[in-house]
Amino acid sequence: MAPPPSSTSSAVTLKINGDKHTLSVDHRTTLLDALRERLDLTGTKKGCDQGQCGACTVLLDGRRAVACLQLAVAAEDREITTVEGLAEAGQLHPVQQAFLDLDGYQCGYCTPGQICSAVAVIEEHAAGWPSAVTDDVRPEVGAPPLTADEIRERMSGNLCRCGAYVSIVQAVARAAEARMSQEAAV
Amino acid sequence: MTTAPTRKHFVGTAHTRVEGRDKVTGAARYASEIPFDRLAHGWLVLSTIARGRITSVEDTPVLAMPGVVAVLHHGNAPRVDTDYTGLLGTAPDPTAALFQHDRVPHAGWPVALVVADTSEQAREAAEALVVHYEQEPHDVDFTAEHPDAYPLDSHLPAVAEKGDLEAELAASAAVVDAEYTTPEEHHNPMEPHAAAARWDGGRLDVVDSNQGTLWVASELANLFSLDPASVRVRSEHVGGGFGSKGLRAHQVAAVMAATVLQRPVRVVMTRRQMFSLAGYRSPTRQHLRLGADADGRLRALEHRCLSLTSTVHEFVEPGADPARTMYDADAHHTANHVVRLDVPTPTWMRAPGEAPGSFALESALDELAEKLGIDPIELRVRNEPALGPVSGLPFSGRNLLACFREGARRFGWADRDPRPGLRRDGRWLLGTGTAAASFPAGAAPSTAAVTAEADGTFTVRINAADIGTGARTALTLVAADALEAAPERVRVRIGDSDFGPAFIAGGSMGTRSWSWAVTVAAEELRERLALGAAVPPEGITVRSDTTEAVGALARKERHSFGAQFAEVAVDVDTGEVRVRRMLGIFAAGRIVNPLTARGQFVGGMTWGISMALHEEAVRDAGTGGHYGADLAGYHVAAHADVPLVEADWIDDPDPDDPVGIKGIGEIGIVGAAAAIANAVRHATGVRHRHLPIRPDRVLMAGRHA
Repeated sequence: MAPPPSSTSSAVTLKINGDKHTLSVDHRTTLLDALRERLDLTGTKKGCDQGQCGACTVLLDGRRAVACLQLAVAAEDREITTVEGLAEAGQLHPVQQAFLDLDGYQCGYCTPGQICSAVAVIEEHAAGWPSAVTDDVRPEVGAPPLTADEIRERMSGNLCRCGAYVSIVQAVARAAEARMSQEAAV
Repeated sequence: MTTAPTRKHFVGTAHTRVEGRDKVTGAARYASEIPFDRLAHGWLVLSTIARGRITSVEDTPVLAMPGVVAVLHHGNAPRVDTDYTGLLGTAPDPTAALFQHDRVPHAGWPVALVVADTSEQAREAAEALVVHYEQEPHDVDFTAEHPDAYPLDSHLPAVAEKGDLEAELAASAAVVDAEYTTPEEHHNPMEPHAAAARWDGGRLDVVDSNQGTLWVASELANLFSLDPASVRVRSEHVGGGFGSKGLRAHQVAAVMAATVLQRPVRVVMTRRQMFSLAGYRSPTRQHLRLGADADGRLRALEHRCLSLTSTVHEFVEPGADPARTMYDADAHHTANHVVRLDVPTPTWMRAPGEAPGSFALESALDELAEKLGIDPIELRVRNEPALGPVSGLPFSGRNLLACFREGARRFGWADRDPRPGLRRDGRWLLGTGTAAASFPAGAAPSTAAVTAEADGTFTVRINAADIGTGARTALTLVAADALEAAPERVRVRIGDSDFGPAFIAGGSMGTRSWSWAVTVAAEELRERLALGAAVPPEGITVRSDTTEAVGALARKERHSFGAQFAEVAVDVDTGEVRVRRMLGIFAAGRIVNPLTARGQFVGGMTWGISMALHEEAVRDAGTGGHYGADLAGYHVAAHADVPLVEADWIDDPDPDDPVGIKGIGEIGIVGAAAAIANAVRHATGVRHRHLPIRPDRVLMAGRHA
């Protein structure tokens, strides 16, 4: 039930997966709760509600963010992408397809966050961003090889209690390879 | 009707999860994600003291806060009936019998539920609610001496003894006498416990996250004195359970509030609340004494395990049980004791008993092997029992040594120099270790209904729970084989108490128990269709009940077995232990779906890494509560902690099961922590008997060595 407009609520317009949604939100409402409770976009999961598990990872202007630590009123004018916005015209995103094919999950609850993270990890890596396990971080060296260790380090903000890490890493590697060979072909 | 070209084609072949697309697109809805009209949000308030009495709950100011519609507490909550024996043969944990009295038996005891129109309002009001207590001294110190500890039976008797222990120890060429400890551990499924309850046309309808809907439905019917047929619990997708998702405070709170308010109410535990309300694995103190002849044959085996329970409910972590399966000795004494403290009641957590028990037992075996100068695998070969060491019953199958042989070959064990502290890679000391694993293999009565639809497809209805195990997909393959139909034509519906009795997702028995019922119904249906019966518009349904068949199983030692291998690197500067690789080979019955089964084994082994190196919930003696009760303070293995973990299996179908299944959900964690601890010993020369093997413990041990 929406609280009436007052000093404790505001109307915001959120751009989510390309669609604009205008709604009145309690100022305390996190982006995560706005998605789940107000907009029926329940693909983004609440695992801890305090920024420790990564289950609520979404993309804000293409970069990873945990939606539980983001207030909905502060997300206006951002391009928000959730797991529901990754597939195009019924075609799974390559990361989603790799998770499905390689069983990169079990219970599925951390999965949307893992997938959103992985989409951004592949982009961050392609853009040449180093990680804590990158040996040579000089910009002119370019992107390090996306080894299993690199993927593990970059994905470590996303917990999976079922312990599906081994197949998640394989899925991320497969999706990254597909992206690289696609680029090479272009 | 199209049928598969050959029988028994799909069981044993990899199949992606049938609900996989829903899970990767975010379409799969979990318990807190089903919208209801006029839904209200409940927020639990937990006690801030560890022992005492509630003197007042100041609900009046909170009721005046925006959006607040109710504050339930012991002064106004509906009464519930706790005088019954539940589906699993035990009385309900009083933690779930909310708000029935003013006593507080532990920190984090639920004292009130605040219900409001939005979750923000409920949370603010819950945090504003003032509760006054009369505090009493509490005792949460498990490490102290506990002369009042007492033996407590689990599914096995608390104590089993044969032979003269002292005499056999005295006659032994080598003796290991050591204490091992494991800390309090928490399940922490990624999806917090959540339930939404509403009254719908005279029926109580609960959408919940649990490991058995009929289990929860029957508990709710008992608690609220309802006709069982008037309670429906659904649980379609479950974000992990690991033993923690049975009857819990959130369901009872939601039902109470929905009943009082006559509107739908959802209650979701916060991550912090889960540390008090969701159950946990008790810490253990385990005393092992092993005595052996010079050739390694065990003369004496003593395993005593102490765990804790609350003051309001009994639960025992039977860590001494694995020894009753694994090794024989002339004198063989095992005992499980508990002590009652002012703490929440522990519960089943992945491989209860076996997980902590195998850490102690398999570490002690490694210590004995080193003392005797015998290879640890060879020591196990020399102590392979022909019959159950305590029961005297034959094994239904025991392929432990086959697991060790295959594992040793693939891991490269033959090249291992047993001397500790010799291998270095820069600042890392390297070592390898191994351990055995076992877990009981059982089946429990279940019912299923299989329908041939007029359009040529099939619908299976069984009250199974898929908590991430892949059960839904496994049952699809099992049904497809029994029906001789392609899996694409089979729809499996689970997680609805209206589907009738079926065993819970627990004890590694779910998929086996459900597959049995599905197979019986599906085979009968196929036979009927083979006679040429025309399928009417409403379809043809065949029902099964395996109660009689399961009850007719002969008494045997029935277990899965496995061999765990680990290689670790230990940082000599920081004391950090890194697992570099792990291999587990299992003999765990017929593997229905290799794709998801591998995930089960590897997931269990990953829990083993987490148990060995990270997990530890610490209680503050002063407050009786936890330090850092969250996922930052309680570290579970993350991506960077987990290397390439490999699991495989040997052919080991259970001859007494229609599909050959044994069960694979828990054995992956068993022995895994011991294999890692044994590898740390091999790397550093220091034996770690206390989990987790934290950097400070490694460094301090190095200093003392």
